[in-house]
Amino acid sequence: MCLAIPGKILSIVSPVDETFRQGKVSFSGIVKEVNLCMVPEATVGDYVLVHVGVAICKVDEEEARQTFAYLQQMGELEEIKPSD
Amino acid sequence: MKYLSEYRNPGLVQQYLEEIQRITTKTWTLMEICGGQTHSLVKNGILEMLPSQITMVHGPGCPVCVTSTDVIDEAIYLAQQPNVILCSFGDMLRVPGSKKSLLEIKAEGGDVRLLYSPLEAVLLAKDHPNKEVVFFAVGFETTAPANALSVVQAHKMGVQNYSILASHVLVPPAMEAILEDEENRINAFLAAGHVCTIMGLEAYEPIARKFKIPIVVTGFEPVDLLQGILMAILQLETGVHKVENQYARAVQRAGNLVAKQTINTVFEISDRKWRGIGTISQSGYEVKQQYRQFNARLKFNLHLPQTEEIGDCISGDIMKGRKKPFQCPNFGSNCKPDTPIGAPMVSSEGACAAYYHYATTLKQVSKTKI
Ligand code: SF4
Repeated sequence: MCLAIPGKILSIVSPVDETFRQGKVSFSGIVKEVNLCMVPEATVGDYVLVHVGVAICKVDEEEARQTFAYLQQMGELEEIKPSD
Repeated sequence: MKYLSEYRNPGLVQQYLEEIQRITTKTWTLMEICGGQTHSLVKNGILEMLPSQITMVHGPGCPVCVTSTDVIDEAIYLAQQPNVILCSFGDMLRVPGSKKSLLEIKAEGGDVRLLYSPLEAVLLAKDHPNKEVVFFAVGFETTAPANALSVVQAHKMGVQNYSILASHVLVPPAMEAILEDEENRINAFLAAGHVCTIMGLEAYEPIARKFKIPIVVTGFEPVDLLQGILMAILQLETGVHKVENQYARAVQRAGNLVAKQTINTVFEISDRKWRGIGTISQSGYEVKQQYRQFNARLKFNLHLPQTEEIGDCISGDIMKGRKKPFQCPNFGSNCKPDTPIGAPMVSSEGACAAYYHYATTLKQVSKTKI
């Protein structure tokens, strides 16, 4: 349950204040709303590890790619599938 | 069993395996803390690739496994209230409380919902002002910032019909409890990568010193795990015991300061009862007084009777590293993922479910009745 999935920040908004710093993050094409307040240094184009809807740290792009490919191969990406 | 060539970096996997083999001269028992690591070790067949002198035992780092039946009973009680929407992460639904599981309550008409994030629960509360929305906040340090943030957000948005049922558990006190156990035979720990992304390394240093035990903060992929194991064995074979960081690409020494601050804003450290293990002092988070209106225990005045864990589930022995899942008389017979007796058979991160699902990768298990 401590799984964290890497994704790329596409855009950032802070609707009320920094606590609500929210971004669109692409997980290899699947785009989700992610809270970015724990990674104040992260900007558009950066890669972050996301755990239960909150980004917990930045990672570099190559790392993000490889981790994502691994999780995909292992079938561990259930939670970011678009819900219907 | 997977072929080496299927791994992200088959050459490295091979190199690490050879190096581990080369330097290992004695028998060693290592515990990985995190259920995600247990899952990865078993699913990738790594247990079978390691030299026979190295035994991996599987720690308590699976929130589904350690959440006490008392707290599950509290969640069930809340889900049975007519105006409550009880929200939870998926795996928690199937874990048996003292009598029932949340899934059964849902089948009986309770409004139990699966969410991906506690922040979604705040929005749900905003959209349903006539309902009380409770988030079942389980998890280790990795999940604590998100749960704390949900409270801060609800507070700032003036959402009054939101609360959390906090059942947070902390890794370092559990490690100490395991090491203090008379029967302990663990020589080194692989600490949980993402827990340390949040909390950093500092809490582990006193443990490494006091118990003279190597602690290597480790990631989740096969190469990470093998590198973490190699680093731990190197320390053991050379008589060193310190905290090392294998997962530096996601873990900084100080952790994530904003996340720690958010946790400290909302939570305070409290005693916590661990399923199968018992109460460990100062091993959990509870909602602070300042945010008491978001504490479901106070809001709903929860005073349920404490229950004794009954049955012959040996999950405590497994999570303390004394036994392996297939040593449980119920494993694969009375206790299976569809009909779990104990919590480690529910979540795929639980050692019992991992062994059951990937039994074909484990020679040890294939000798048993499966
Ligand atoms: S096999 Fe079932 S009963 Fe035995 S320890 Fe695992 S969860 Fe408990």
